[in-house]
Parts: sequence; C-alpha cells; structure tokens
Amino acid sequence: MSALKESSHDQTTEGHAAHHGPSKGVYYAVFATLIVLTWVTSWIATVDLGPFNIYVALSIAVFKATMVLFFFMHVKYGTRLTKMIIMSGIYWLILLLFIVMMDFWTRNWMGVPGR
Amino acid sequence: MITATHPVETKKNYLNAEEGLKSWLLTSDHKRIAILYLISVTFFFALGGMYAALIRLELATPAGDLVESNVYNKFFTMHGVIMVFFFLIPSIPAVLGNFFLPMMIGAKDLAFPKINLLSWYIYMVGGVFTLYVLLSGGVDTGWTFYTPFSTSYSNGYVIAAGLGIFINGFSAILTGLNFIVTVHRMRAPGMTWFRMPLFVWAHYATSMIQILGTPVIAVTLFLLVLERGLHIGFFDPAYGGDPVLYQHLFWFYSHPAVYIMILPSMGVVTEIITTFCSKKPFGYTFIAFSSVAIAVFGFLVWGHHLFVSSQSIYAGLVFSVLSYIVAIPSAIKVFNWTATMYKGSVRLETPMLYAIGFIGLFTVGGLTGLFLASLGMNVHLTDTYFVIAHFHYVMVGGAIMGFMGGIHYWWPKMFGRMYSQVWSKVAAIIIFTGFNLTFFPQFILGYMGMPRRYHAYPAEWQVLNVLSSAGASILGLGYLIAIIYLLYSLKFGAIAPPNPWGATTLEWMTDSPPIAENFEVTPVITQEVYTYSAEEVLHVV
Ligand SMILES: [Cu+2]
Repeated sequence: MSALKESSHDQTTEGHAAHHGPSKGVYYAVFATLIVLTWVTSWIATVDLGPFNIYVALSIAVFKATMVLFFFMHVKYGTRLTKMIIMSGIYWLILLLFIVMMDFWTRNWMGVPGR
Repeated sequence: MITATHPVETKKNYLNAEEGLKSWLLTSDHKRIAILYLISVTFFFALGGMYAALIRLELATPAGDLVESNVYNKFFTMHGVIMVFFFLIPSIPAVLGNFFLPMMIGAKDLAFPKINLLSWYIYMVGGVFTLYVLLSGGVDTGWTFYTPFSTSYSNGYVIAAGLGIFINGFSAILTGLNFIVTVHRMRAPGMTWFRMPLFVWAHYATSMIQILGTPVIAVTLFLLVLERGLHIGFFDPAYGGDPVLYQHLFWFYSHPAVYIMILPSMGVVTEIITTFCSKKPFGYTFIAFSSVAIAVFGFLVWGHHLFVSSQSIYAGLVFSVLSYIVAIPSAIKVFNWTATMYKGSVRLETPMLYAIGFIGLFTVGGLTGLFLASLGMNVHLTDTYFVIAHFHYVMVGGAIMGFMGGIHYWWPKMFGRMYSQVWSKVAAIIIFTGFNLTFFPQFILGYMGMPRRYHAYPAEWQVLNVLSSAGASILGLGYLIAIIYLLYSLKFGAIAPPNPWGATTLEWMTDSPPIAENFEVTPVITQEVYTYSAEEVLHVV
C-alpha cells in the first residue's frame, strides 16, 4: 500500500472521495439489523405464504447482503470507480440469469418436446 | 539504446538482492513471484504434456490396447484439467503479466504485493488438490464435469477435483484484481491510458474477465460438489434440477476462459511485432478497444456449446449470431498485426517467429470456430475431433505460441542472459511443424466423424492418427529443446544488454535483470507510446 501513495497523481476522475468510513454506531446498528433479519428469516419459514415463500426469503437475503456490501465493505463510502465495478458485477449476474432463462422460456416453441 | 548511466560492474538486481529459499517463498516482489509462477506452470505443463503423450500413444493403433477405456477417460480428463486450469489460464498473466505489467507502466510493484504472493500460494493449494486426485486414482468426467455423469455416476474423485479448481479460481480472481487496481492507481507520471503499451490493455481486459467470470465457475463447481456430496438438487431432475443448467453455468465462464488464455497472448504478440518491425502498431486504439470488446462480447456466446443439448432452437439461433459477432474484434487484431508488418523492417528473431506462427495458427483456429458456431454444421461436428483440432489451434497454436514468444522476447530481461539464437530458431520451427502435423489431421478425422474421448477407432482412420501421434512427438521434442537451451543460457548464455531488441517500452529502459525497485528513478513519460527512449524517460526528473 505504501507504494500506492508515491505513484500517479494524475487521477482526477477517480480520486479521494471521502476515505473516512462509518462511525461505530452505524456498525452496531447494521449488526443489530442483520441479527433481527436473521431471526425474521427463520420465523417466516414457519409461516406458509404459498408461492411467495421464495420471494420473501430471497428479498430478505438480498437486503441483508446489500447492508453488508454498503457498510461492512465500505462501498457506500467508496469511490465511484468501486461502485462502477460492483455494478458491472451485478449487471453480469443479471445477464447470466436472463440469458439462461431465455433458453428455458423458449423451449417447446417448436411443438416438439424439448425443442 | 543502452543507457550510459548504468556502469557495467556487477550490481544488485532482483535475483541476487536477497538470498536463500525463504527470501523467495516470502517475497513480495512481483518479479520473483512471476519466477515462482514460471517454475510451477512449467511443472504443470510437463505433467499435462505427459498425459497428452499417453493419449497419442493409445491412439497410434485402432485397437484399445494400451489401456482400458476407463483409464483412457482419466487420461484425457487429467490432461484437460491440468492444461486448462493450471497451465493455460495462469501462464501468461501470472508469469509475464506479473513481471512486466508494473514495469511497462513505470511502477515499482503491483498495487497489492502481498495479495500477489497469496495468489501464488492459493494456486499451489489448488494444484496440490489436483495432484492428490491424480495420485489417488484420477477423475474420469472430462474437464467439463458434465452432469448427471459427474454428480450421479462417476466413481472418480470428482469432489476433490472440483474443490481444487474452486480454490485455484481465487488465485485468478486476485491476480485480475491486482492488475486492475495497478493499472488504475500505479501509472507513472505522464503514463496516460493511451500511452500504455497494448500488452497492458490486453491484461486489463483479461482481468475484467477473470473477476467477472471466475466466480461463476467456482460457484458452479461448488454446487456440483454440494449435489454430489449432500444430494442438494441443482442439476439432477430427480431433485428438481436441470442438467442443462450446469452446461449454461459452466460455459458462462469457460467460453470467456478461452479469452483469458488468448487475450494476454495477443498482447504479447502485439509487443513482439511492434519491436521486430521497428514500427508503431497500426491502429493502436483499435487494438486496445478490440481487447475490451472481446472481453465483453465473449460473455454472450456460451450457448454455442449447447447446440445439441435440449437448449431451445431460438436460444441457439441467438447464440449462433452472437458467436459470429465476436469474431470481428479478433479479426481486427489480425488485420492490424499484418498492417503493422507491412513495409516494416521485419527482423526474424526467435520471438518474431513465434508471433508470426501465432497469427497463422490463431487464424485457422478462429475461422474453424465459425464452422462450429453455425447451427447446422455444428450438429455434424459436435463431439468430433474437429472440435479438438479447433480448440487446440486456438489454445496451443494461439496461447502457447504467444507464451513461448513472450518467454523468448523477455528472457534476456528476466534473467540477464541471451539464449542460443540458432537453437531457439530451430526449436521454433520444430514446434510449428510438429503442431500442425499433430492437429491438422484431426480436422479431417473429425470431419469424417471420429468422435472425441474414445480409446479405439475403425482401422481406416489409422494413417491420420499415426500422423497426429508422430506430430505430437515432434512437438514434444521442440519443447524439450527449448527447455534445454533456456536452462543452459541461465549459466552459460552471453550477458544481455538492457535493450537487446531495440524495443521502445519502459521495461527495456532499465537494467537486465532489473533492480528490485525496477527503476532507479521514477520514469516520467512525455512522449507518445512506442516512441520513448531511456534518455528521455529517466532523466526528466
Ligand atoms: Cu465457446
């Protein structure tokens, strides 16, 4: 990391956007939220919501992952470049899921089983 | 071109700055880590090559007489797993990229030197898993680990092999991360994005694929392990899964993985052609952005591996069209290289022989890829030796030719010694000849319908198979000669000057071998790319 300082100062677009992270209070609040949501996840699993079971469970999981990403992994306080890299990762995941589903959605269109 | 500021007396360089095994195993110097990688990938290359030899030996006769079919299955699986995951993917980035990417942008090291060392250790742990698999009886699924065979029927060591590749994936991710951060943050003063050598652009694009794609293969193999070990359903219809989902996930990574192998190689070839034609590369921005375009479009074509699975015809059509599109940026590069050579003063030194070989072989490999990307043709050619010949033209004729070219190009810089010019040219020609003799007959065999992954075949195909096996021995001989004169040069080679080829990139502006800090003063770049010389770069400060 020390080598980082003495190199390239020609960074104008992607520099020094607030390197001070969250306060201790924020960490504790996020931690408490995660614990509560873990409890909610296991409680909601005992309630039958029919087809919504999976959506509710996944929504809670995605929300928790986002909290970890933003606060524990400092993305909220990171540079725009960091955010862009993370967005491209998410975009790639959507691409993977969407194109895979494109196959499953269009199967049997030919009227022949599996085609 | 030799910098007059450095006296000739023996001075400290990265090789002798510290001594003892510990100084190597705990180093954080990117150049030393590159050497550690060079030794390890060479070991795995030899191991994978041994399996290739066994395969060609079995196929020299039509009868399955050397080994039984299930042992043969293990041969080609171990050959594929070792060559793809433990040689081809790390070879150029982790060796040449590690060594020269920081030097080319005027940095003292990568952004995270300790993570760089960690990635080597992770690679070695993954390698140890694979060696364990190999010593305890092997795995017989093919390097693709297709379900349901891999989850329900194979009795090889699928879980250990999957975990080995899973672990190894993190090594590639960390290397890619390191390169991206280094290119963003560590460029020397005046080194703007468009003054970076094209080798750096190629590695930047490769790193994008590594960090976006590698997690998918890691997760996929992990799901495979979960299904095989714990019967959690992802791919087996009996548990509510879909076996074709496995193929989707596997090829989402494994098609771009081909570009992880070939893009760095293209970067090497661009540098070599620029140097040995004494010209600026034709169409710098086109070459730079075609690397990025390949990285992006390479992610959209994976379904061409699923044309004969139960993938829908409509998805197949889309993937077929997209596969044609990805040929465009590759073709741009080929045209740019030939345009660079046109009217250049071409010097046919050994690295240039490999670069020219690369262009020819990669073009054959790429064009036969278009045959396979067309839906109807693919039905005839799927799982035949045509596919084998195609991807060996890309991976061996492309990636390994680039690796050999790069090793010969930078060897004087890495070790401060010149190798035999005569022997190296002889070896390059032997390798080119042996390669074509090995793989060209396989196109014909495949077209005639010889399936891959069988240890026996009808007698009328023996002539072509014998030609192929003979070519493989010639190819092996070529590599052997190369290893011998390269090792010989380490002790007995002539001392290399800082810039033996008259190249114009930053790594040649410092000593051979470089000092531990790469440069005595931080280079300042005031000239356009491929025009700077040592005097300007190192004396401005
Ligand atoms: Cu592919």
